[in-house]
Amino acid sequence: MRGKLDLDPVTVRKARSLARKAGRPIVKLAQQHTTVSVERATLRLAGLGGADAEGTPWVNRLLDAVRADVGLEHGVALPVWDALARGEAEDLLTLAQKASAGSVRFEIPEGTRAKRARTASRRQVGAGVRQVDRRRTERDRLIKRHGDAPRQPWIYLIVATGDIYEDIPQAQQAAREGADVIAVIRSTGQSLLDFVPEGATREGFAGTYATQENFRLMRAALDESSRELGRYVRLTNYASGLCMPEIAALAGLERLDMMLNDSMYGILFRDINPVRTFVDQRFSRQVHARAGIIINTGEDNYLTTADAVEAAHTVTTSQLLNEYFAKEAGLEDWQRGLGHAFEIDPAVPESFRLELAHALLARELFPDAPLKWMPPTRHMTGDVFRGYLLDGFFNLVGAMTGQGILLVGMMTEAVVTPWLSDRDLALQNVRYVLDAAGGLHEDFHPAPEGLIATRARQVLGETIELLERITDEGLLDAIADGTFGLMRRPADGGKGLDGVARKAHDYYNPASDLLEEGR
Amino acid sequence: MSTLVRPYGDTTGDGMVQISFTLPVPHSKRAEGAAQQLAAKMGLDPALVVHAKAMGPDFTFFVVYGRVHHLVDLDAVEVVERDYPLLTPKEVNAAIKASLRRRLVVIGACIGTDAHTVGIDAILNIKGFAGEKGLEYYREIKVVNLGAQVSVPQLVDRAVTEQADAVLVSQVVTQRDAHLLNTREMAAAFGEAFPAEKRPLLVVGGPRFDEAMAAELGVDRIFGRGTTPGEVASFLAHRLAS
Repeated sequence: MRGKLDLDPVTVRKARSLARKAGRPIVKLAQQHTTVSVERATLRLAGLGGADAEGTPWVNRLLDAVRADVGLEHGVALPVWDALARGEAEDLLTLAQKASAGSVRFEIPEGTRAKRARTASRRQVGAGVRQVDRRRTERDRLIKRHGDAPRQPWIYLIVATGDIYEDIPQAQQAAREGADVIAVIRSTGQSLLDFVPEGATREGFAGTYATQENFRLMRAALDESSRELGRYVRLTNYASGLCMPEIAALAGLERLDMMLNDSMYGILFRDINPVRTFVDQRFSRQVHARAGIIINTGEDNYLTTADAVEAAHTVTTSQLLNEYFAKEAGLEDWQRGLGHAFEIDPAVPESFRLELAHALLARELFPDAPLKWMPPTRHMTGDVFRGYLLDGFFNLVGAMTGQGILLVGMMTEAVVTPWLSDRDLALQNVRYVLDAAGGLHEDFHPAPEGLIATRARQVLGETIELLERITDEGLLDAIADGTFGLMRRPADGGKGLDGVARKAHDYYNPASDLLEEGR
Repeated sequence: MSTLVRPYGDTTGDGMVQISFTLPVPHSKRAEGAAQQLAAKMGLDPALVVHAKAMGPDFTFFVVYGRVHHLVDLDAVEVVERDYPLLTPKEVNAAIKASLRRRLVVIGACIGTDAHTVGIDAILNIKGFAGEKGLEYYREIKVVNLGAQVSVPQLVDRAVTEQADAVLVSQVVTQRDAHLLNTREMAAAFGEAFPAEKRPLLVVGGPRFDEAMAAELGVDRIFGRGTTPGEVASFLAHRLAS
C-alpha cells in the first residue's frame, strides 16, 4: 500500500537502511560496555530491594562495595554470587548489609568457582525475569476480562501532585472522566539521581518520584478503576535518566504498561553522557520488550527547543533511529510509540496544513506503530481561550491522521498545573473532535501535488540528507555537533560517565543473557 | 486629575466581567444558587450564572457574567518595577555579542551538602522551567553546571579556570540556616580569591531566600521561588553586557 502521501517505497527503504547504518555502531558500543545502573537492575531482578537508614538503596550499597574491590568491568554477578557461594552471607540482603559495613571481600572467581557463580546468579535473576513474564500474562488476562480502551487514539492524561496519595484519587477520577492511560509525571531532577528512591513518597517537585512502592500503589488503584469502569486503564511512567535500566526493571515487576524511553532525550536535555545513555537504553528496552511494555519516545522535546518547521526532519530522523534501536532491542511494532508534536507557531501561514503533513508522514512511515501525539506547549501563552482552540486543532490532526496515543492538551499549559475543570474541558474538547470527525480520515486524501503531500516529501528528503550526514560522521559526533534539539553533547562529557565500564573478557550478566535469549 | 477606569464589556463604563470556577458540590439548583451568591459576594451585581455543568458526581463547573461597580485610579497604581529589562533569548544573545564579543561564561552549582539540583537545573538545563528554556539554550552563554554537593573551594577553582563571568548557586536545604551560612562562606571565598573588580557576578537562588538580603549575604542578587531562566538571563545581560 502506498498510502495517502504516495511516498516512494525506495526512498522509505533507503531512510530505514541509513538509520540502521547509523545505529549499528551504537549498538556495538552498547554491547561492549556496562553501567552501574545495568548492574543494579540485575540485582533488582534477583530480588534485592530496600534501602539503608539513610535511604541509600541496598543495590547501590552492594554494587559500590563490589566495584571498590574488583571493578565494574566483570559485572556484578560473578563476584556477588561467588561471595554467596563462599558463605559470606546467606542471602543478597545480608550480603549487601555486610558489604556496606566493609566486612566482605569480593573476588573474581575462576574455573569451577566462576561456573558455580554463573549458574547460581542465572537461577536467581531468572526468577525475577519469570516474575516479569507473569506480570505480562496478568496484563493480557485483565485486558481480556475488563476489555480494552474503547477506541483509538487512546486518551492519555497526566497527574502530578508530588504526593502519591493525592495522585491516586486524581488518577482514578481522570480514568472515570475517560482517560485510557494515566501518566504519573516524575519529580523534576529525578533523572539526575544515580539511585532510585525507596518507598511511598509524599513530596516531589512538580511531580512524584518513581519508586517501586509508588508504582505498586498506583497500579493497584488503577486495577480497581479498571474493574469499576469495565476497561483496562493503563499506567505510564518514565524510564529515563541515570537509572533507566533499574526503573525499567521495576516497571516490569510492577506491571506498568507504558514507559517513556527515548534513545537520546537524556543526552540532549539532561546532559547525561551519551555512552551511558545508549548502554542503559538498550538494556531498558530489552526489559520493556520482555515485559510487553509500550515505549513512548520523546521527539516532541526537540520541537520545544528548535523551530518546528525548520527542525521537522530531525524529528523524522530521530523516529527512524528510535525505531531501529527499539527493533534491535526486541520491541515489536505495537510496542513502539514513536513521538511527535503539534508545535508549529500558529502565526506561521498554513501552520495547520504543515502539522497535518508532518503527522501524516509519521503515520505512513510507521504504519504499525501506535504513534504518540503530543499537544502544543511552546505556543501556549496564558491566553486560555486561544489555547483551547489550538488544542482543538491538535485533536483534529490526531483524528485525521490516525494517531495511537493522544496526550490531552490543557488550555492552562504554562499557567497552572491542571485544575479539575481544565481536565474536564480538555476531555470535552477531545470527545467533541473524535465524535464529530473521528472518521474524517476516510474522506481525507491530500492532493498528490498539494502543500501537504509536497511538504511531507520534502521533510522525508531532508531526513535522508541528514541521515547520510550522520552515517558519514557517526551518530556520536552528530550529537556532539548539536544536530538534535540544538544541543551539543560530546561523547566524553555529561553526567554519569564514571558509571560506565568497558566489559572485560569474562564479563557475565545473567539478565542480559536471558533477555537476549528470550527474543 | 486622576484617571478612573472600570472593566469594559461593550459599552464604556458597563463594568462587565466574566469568571469561571468550580464548586465541590453536585450539580443542582442549590449549587447554581451558591455560585450566584459567591459571585455576588465577589462584587458582581447583578451576577448571571450563564453556564453550570456537572463534572463527575461531586463537582460543578460555572461560568458567571456580571457587572462590577469598582473603580481603579490608574494614578494610584503602584508597581514594583524590575530594575532591569526583561529580554528575549535573542536579545540577550545580541547584547552579549555586541558588548563582550565572546560567550558569557556561567558556572552553576549546589554547594555544601545540598543535593537538590532542581533549582539550578531548572535555570540552566535546556529543558528549562515554566515554558522558558534554560541558559544552555542561549547561544552566547557558555554554561558549566557542576551539579550537586560542590565544595566552595572547588567552585572558586573552577570559576578561576573557566574565567567565569557569573556564578549561580542554588540552595534548597535550609536546616539550621545552611543556605545562609553556605552563601556567606561562598561570598567570602570569592572575595579572597578575586580582586573586587575581577570577581564574577554572584547570584544565589532558592525557595527560602529573602530577595532583599543580597547585600547582607555579600552577593549581587538573590532570586526567590518561581524565578524563570529568562529573568536570570536578562539580569546577567543587564549587569554584564550593557
